[in-house]
Amino acid sequence: MRRSMLFLPGNSPNILLNADFLGSDAIILDLEDAVAPTEKDSARILVRNAITSRGYTREVIVRINPIDSPYWQKDLEEIIKVKPDMIMPTKVDSGDYVRTISAYIGQMEEKYGIEAGSVKMIPLIETALGVERAFEIASADPRVAAIFLGGEDFTADMRCKRTKEGTEIFYARCRMVLAARAAGVDVYDTPWTDVEDYEGLIEDAKFAKSLGFTGKSSISPRHIPFINEVFSPTEAEVQYALDVFDCIEKAKAEGKGVVSLRGKMIDAPIVARARQVLEAAEAIGMYRPADSQKGER
Amino acid sequence: MSKLVKSIKEAIQLAGLKDGMTISFHHHLRNGDMVAVMVLDAICEMGIKDLNVNISSVFDTHAPFIEYIRDGVVTGIETDYMGGVVGRAVSEGIMDKPVTFRTHGGRPSDIIRGASPIDVAFIAAPTADCMGNCTGKIGKSACGSLGYAFADAMYATKSVVITDNLVDYPLVDYSIAENYIDYVVVVDKIGEPSGIVSGTTKITKDPVGLVIADYAARAIDASGLLKDGFSFQTGAGGASLAAAKYLKDIMIRKGVKGSYGLGGITSYMVDMLQSGCFKALYDVQCFDLGAVESIRTNPYHMEVTAAHYASPTAKSSAVDSLDVVILGATEIDTDFNVNVHTDSNGYIMGGSGGHSDTAAGANMSMIVAPLSRARLPIVVDKVLCKSTPGHTVDVLVTQRGIAVNPLRPELAERFRDANLPVWDIHELKEMAEKLNGTPRKPHHTDKVVANVLYRDATLLDQIYAVK
Amino acid sequence: MIKQKAHAGTLESSDIYVEIAPAEAGSGIALNLTSVVMQQFGPEIEAVIRETLAGLGVEDAVLTVSDRGAVDCTIRSRVETAVCRGKGEA
Repeated sequence: MRRSMLFLPGNSPNILLNADFLGSDAIILDLEDAVAPTEKDSARILVRNAITSRGYTREVIVRINPIDSPYWQKDLEEIIKVKPDMIMPTKVDSGDYVRTISAYIGQMEEKYGIEAGSVKMIPLIETALGVERAFEIASADPRVAAIFLGGEDFTADMRCKRTKEGTEIFYARCRMVLAARAAGVDVYDTPWTDVEDYEGLIEDAKFAKSLGFTGKSSISPRHIPFINEVFSPTEAEVQYALDVFDCIEKAKAEGKGVVSLRGKMIDAPIVARARQVLEAAEAIGMYRPADSQKGER
Repeated sequence: MSKLVKSIKEAIQLAGLKDGMTISFHHHLRNGDMVAVMVLDAICEMGIKDLNVNISSVFDTHAPFIEYIRDGVVTGIETDYMGGVVGRAVSEGIMDKPVTFRTHGGRPSDIIRGASPIDVAFIAAPTADCMGNCTGKIGKSACGSLGYAFADAMYATKSVVITDNLVDYPLVDYSIAENYIDYVVVVDKIGEPSGIVSGTTKITKDPVGLVIADYAARAIDASGLLKDGFSFQTGAGGASLAAAKYLKDIMIRKGVKGSYGLGGITSYMVDMLQSGCFKALYDVQCFDLGAVESIRTNPYHMEVTAAHYASPTAKSSAVDSLDVVILGATEIDTDFNVNVHTDSNGYIMGGSGGHSDTAAGANMSMIVAPLSRARLPIVVDKVLCKSTPGHTVDVLVTQRGIAVNPLRPELAERFRDANLPVWDIHELKEMAEKLNGTPRKPHHTDKVVANVLYRDATLLDQIYAVK
Repeated sequence: MIKQKAHAGTLESSDIYVEIAPAEAGSGIALNLTSVVMQQFGPEIEAVIRETLAGLGVEDAVLTVSDRGAVDCTIRSRVETAVCRGKGEA
């Protein structure tokens, strides 16, 4: 369960030391934009050693350099051997791109005796072509666990202005969610870039959630508590989900076929939704099945 | 009548300064101050020596003190804070007589009750008239408040105002009044504006600092103290300012109308005043241009004297009514004693300032600090120097969470209720050592280089020369 | 084998700056170490530097190291980067 992902520069020792304590569900250790071309070598070594020695409890994602750069293979050679949870390739615009990266990850897994397919991918889609092929990308390879929209580069490619309202990325967001859900993977929203505007952030995160995004990324740890809150189920949602399963249990005991709760028939989508809510709540420690009344799950 | 004299030397002569006497300075011009060194230059040329210098803070701009100590012109220093440059020399044992450290409240207390007499006070004044009425609010070297200079002016045997902006009598909106002043000297320049106040005080961009600030603001929100009438002080460190900024957001969102903001004032506190978070600001020291502009123009932004700010022997002082203060630390031990005098190698690089005064006065004193700095855990078994006693320190906020002094169990309870991560302080120490390793204690000699007095003038701790 | 002068790391807090230069075969490791936490961690820092060099097969080199309170994993990283650069592998 990842509600929030925090971008952190890969060549900053003090930040890597503290990356686990910044509140996000996942940390994105960046070898790309946050690292100068002359320091790519030192950053990948530092990130590699940090992953080995820090024992991060957060999910670890490493953002590697793009496929048209001279760095991406070396990035993978250093990083895969320490088993990050996910690799984030950048500027992904085709299924072939995904498969090329995946194949190289596979080679590294084999070389270092890591279970094949254990390192997942979260392609960063940030071009018009990438969004156009979002489903192709999301379904290109079993490694793909999620896709990620990068709004800044996308709008540059679209030749339009990035605004707080986000009208210019509305269609892209919808396409991303649709593609991800169709492919059965998660989908993450672009960061909110005005570090000081929390109201705007909350609105933007709520909107992304309403479209179906799994979570949202951030460039500031200050945003993380807000993002986590928006993407967590509410207590009322958890209670309703518990009631749904409670109700099913009772109906079963009484031998009823059709079940209704608060005057509404409980059908398959309601059960599915209730299950998702409880899974999400469990993942963030809001709800513990062991010490609660638990429905059939 | 005029109190104008031609030169600093003439003022020194008229004031009757002799070997072995005590002179005093304030630190409102901070790292831009030129007056203390200017006066010592004149004293040296006049052949006067063996002086005791009582200065409310020593900054790096006072590096020439080191030469004057070597030459025997300065043989004693009493101060509330000492920056790293002079601090290093003192820690290396340059002085025969230990430095006396007081607090910002203890200094005026001792001056006023006669425990720390001053023979001649030299008062740098950004604007003055010929009779000695003076202010820091205007002039090319404007510094805002002159809060620390009042006790000196009022209780020294002789008081000399040194200004670079002489105006016609009477100066309107003066801070220190002419009835305390003996002589006025005009010089070309009393300070370097870039060192006096920063253009803007910036909050931290460091992600660790932002997480600490977020916890700090949420802890204040959860403390039960954040309600109408709330009073608050914060340091000017990056994480402290960020915490103030987040606190402002919470106060505005909840519609909390505070009573006063206190202390060294930055633009962030001014912003809180203007946003209605406080009815007034009590300003003993301005940190940036925004604060200077505000104290000059906003009647609700008031200058306070150091005694009014923090004196423990005053009938009351502003720290006594304080709800929350946010403070820094170089070290804090498992008994919550805080060191702000030395770095982790034992070199002097700070001082109490208002640290122990506000910690003693505030309902909740909160230390904000990262779990470790440059590999050194913030929590130690025993601080190298006890600057602020642990029984006055309530809460430590780090990026890993909050440790609450066992004396304040109700605060820990409230933080837990608000889902804030609360730890035993020993647990925070272990976490830091797990990340960084366990440091060896640095060595020191047994030569005492400074006596640290608590605000009530009792000896709190001693600082030793480093090896 | 260190072929050329190289450096890695920075002088920022929590980082370490490592300079490495070639040395004659058999001359061993000449290490000039300064650290802001020398009193607290000096021997540990030196040990980590020497272990890292040995692990990378560096037997002869001249190192000038200025530590700003880096933890072990940072020290290892910067030494390795300097060695790779010094070997011309970067």
